[in-house]
Amino acid sequence: MGSIVSGAEAAALVRALPGVDAVGLEARAAGLATRSVKKASKAQAIDLAISMIDLTTLEGADTPGKVRSLAAKAVRPDGDAPSTAAVCVYPAMVAVAAEALEGSGVKVASVATGFPAGQVPLDLRLADTEAAVRAGADEIDMVISRGAFLAGDLERVFHEIKAVKAAAGEARLKVILETGELVTYDDVRRASWLAMHAGADFIKTSTGKVGVNATLPVTLLMMQAVRDFRALTGRQVGVKPAGGIRTTKDAIKYLVCVNETLGDDWLSNEWFRFGASSLLNDLLMQRQKLTTGHYSGPDYVTVD
Amino acid sequence: MSERLRVKKTYKLYVGGKFPRSESGRSYPVTSPDGAELANAALASRKDARDAVAAARKAQRPWAGQTAYLRGQILYRAAEMLEGRAGQFAEELADATGAEPHAALGTVEQAIDRLVHYAGWTDKYASVLGGANPVAGPYFNHTKPEPLGVVAVLAPQDDPFLGLVEALAPAIAAGNTVVVLSSEAKPLPALSFGEVLATSDLPGGVVNLLSGNVAEVAPHLAAHADVNGIDLGGVEDAALAAELEAAAAGTLKVVRRPGKVGDSLALLRQWTEYKTVWHPAGMAAAAGGGY
Repeated sequence: MGSIVSGAEAAALVRALPGVDAVGLEARAAGLATRSVKKASKAQAIDLAISMIDLTTLEGADTPGKVRSLAAKAVRPDGDAPSTAAVCVYPAMVAVAAEALEGSGVKVASVATGFPAGQVPLDLRLADTEAAVRAGADEIDMVISRGAFLAGDLERVFHEIKAVKAAAGEARLKVILETGELVTYDDVRRASWLAMHAGADFIKTSTGKVGVNATLPVTLLMMQAVRDFRALTGRQVGVKPAGGIRTTKDAIKYLVCVNETLGDDWLSNEWFRFGASSLLNDLLMQRQKLTTGHYSGPDYVTVD
Repeated sequence: MSERLRVKKTYKLYVGGKFPRSESGRSYPVTSPDGAELANAALASRKDARDAVAAARKAQRPWAGQTAYLRGQILYRAAEMLEGRAGQFAEELADATGAEPHAALGTVEQAIDRLVHYAGWTDKYASVLGGANPVAGPYFNHTKPEPLGVVAVLAPQDDPFLGLVEALAPAIAAGNTVVVLSSEAKPLPALSFGEVLATSDLPGGVVNLLSGNVAEVAPHLAAHADVNGIDLGGVEDAALAAELEAAAAGTLKVVRRPGKVGDSLALLRQWTEYKTVWHPAGMAAAAGGGY
């Protein structure tokens, strides 16, 4: 199957996707969530999860100082713990983050395209993207126009993603579907495929700014989509659940899903990420527990 | 007419304002001193203790941030609730210890009075323990007692109700939150006390009640880095007490040794630490007193 160029073609393909078996999907996710990961495997899972975090701060109150301290934490979270995958900030903070992370191997990710609502004219969204890339972003987290998607204008969503992909240039493009606003599993599946056809390097669940963020079933559904997409086109796309993942237990459930659904090919921060902030501290506390043998507490990790 | 079946109570833990069973699914039979079966109680595990500490930590800052007056009102409310159910507690206590009913009622009444006593202390102990210190320089110098944070209480084994109330009341009166491991053999009055606290406007997580084995659960509380103080009152094995104290030292806890006695002020002092503030004289008003 060749690459898709026309929006109408992509829209037609996406509309023809079969519906999601919601009960089966939730049962599968719940089943995978019961796996017990202990001892050495848990230690490995914790370090892997840390290395997959896009350490995120997306507040109006973000200051250069806060971004710098977050960057320092991303590079060296605690003792011999691995670095996180990236630091994720607003475009205005990209330059600060890029300077703080230079040479560390930790990537700079920037939300763009009128995050979080995306309700901004396309030319501004593209300018937003270009500015972030110019300032040093290695990765762009764009939001789709949920309004257009829900109104059925799949072509417009497709073309916008394509345009942002072009504007992002070398930077890897993560496409935020905002699954909490798409509401149904069927729409999550459609949006996933639409984004992948349009050139997404990653599909990401949520902005973290609405009531419903990443859930295990939704992320599992997106994992199935990237698996099937690779089988069909040969191109591999990453997955990033974001928002609401706060505990080590949750993170390990996601890793189990990756392993069971996608396998080793996706089990690295090249292809799987967690969009999170407080998750890192919980992972570090669990890590300390494994090292010291006793429970740790919030006094032993940084206050972000 | 057929005889009515009695509805028996399931004695559960009290953690974070809720009444869960043990996450381990375990329970153990509780008997009276003469061997009659009273009920099954949840057998708390290491993870229940961990969850209780997490709940206590979450509740601590808001609880310490309440006004002393309100903390007193809530403790007084707990005394009111207990007064209304004194009969039930006297019965449970008599069953648990084999005490005469009127003696058990007397013990429950003492516990009620103790709650009222500490309700009165909440807005006074800081003035008694703290104060303005005279210093030879242009400074205001103040000392005030502040809560330690989360306190683990291993409640007395033989005095399952009054002893437990006496151990936890000063800790929460001073703004701490507590994780209490009740008497192992006589946990029922303590577990019912959770119902009193739950209806006293006491925020969930301020008091967490566990029932279980001291030797199993206490080491995890003693070594837990997020516990700031531990009361070893209920540890009868001297070797275990020494072990727990050593584990507690590893994470810098305040330890109350078994058998230690003291008046209520000493108990309030036990679960507080002093903060002393040096403030340049003449600037206190400008700073708005927000230190």
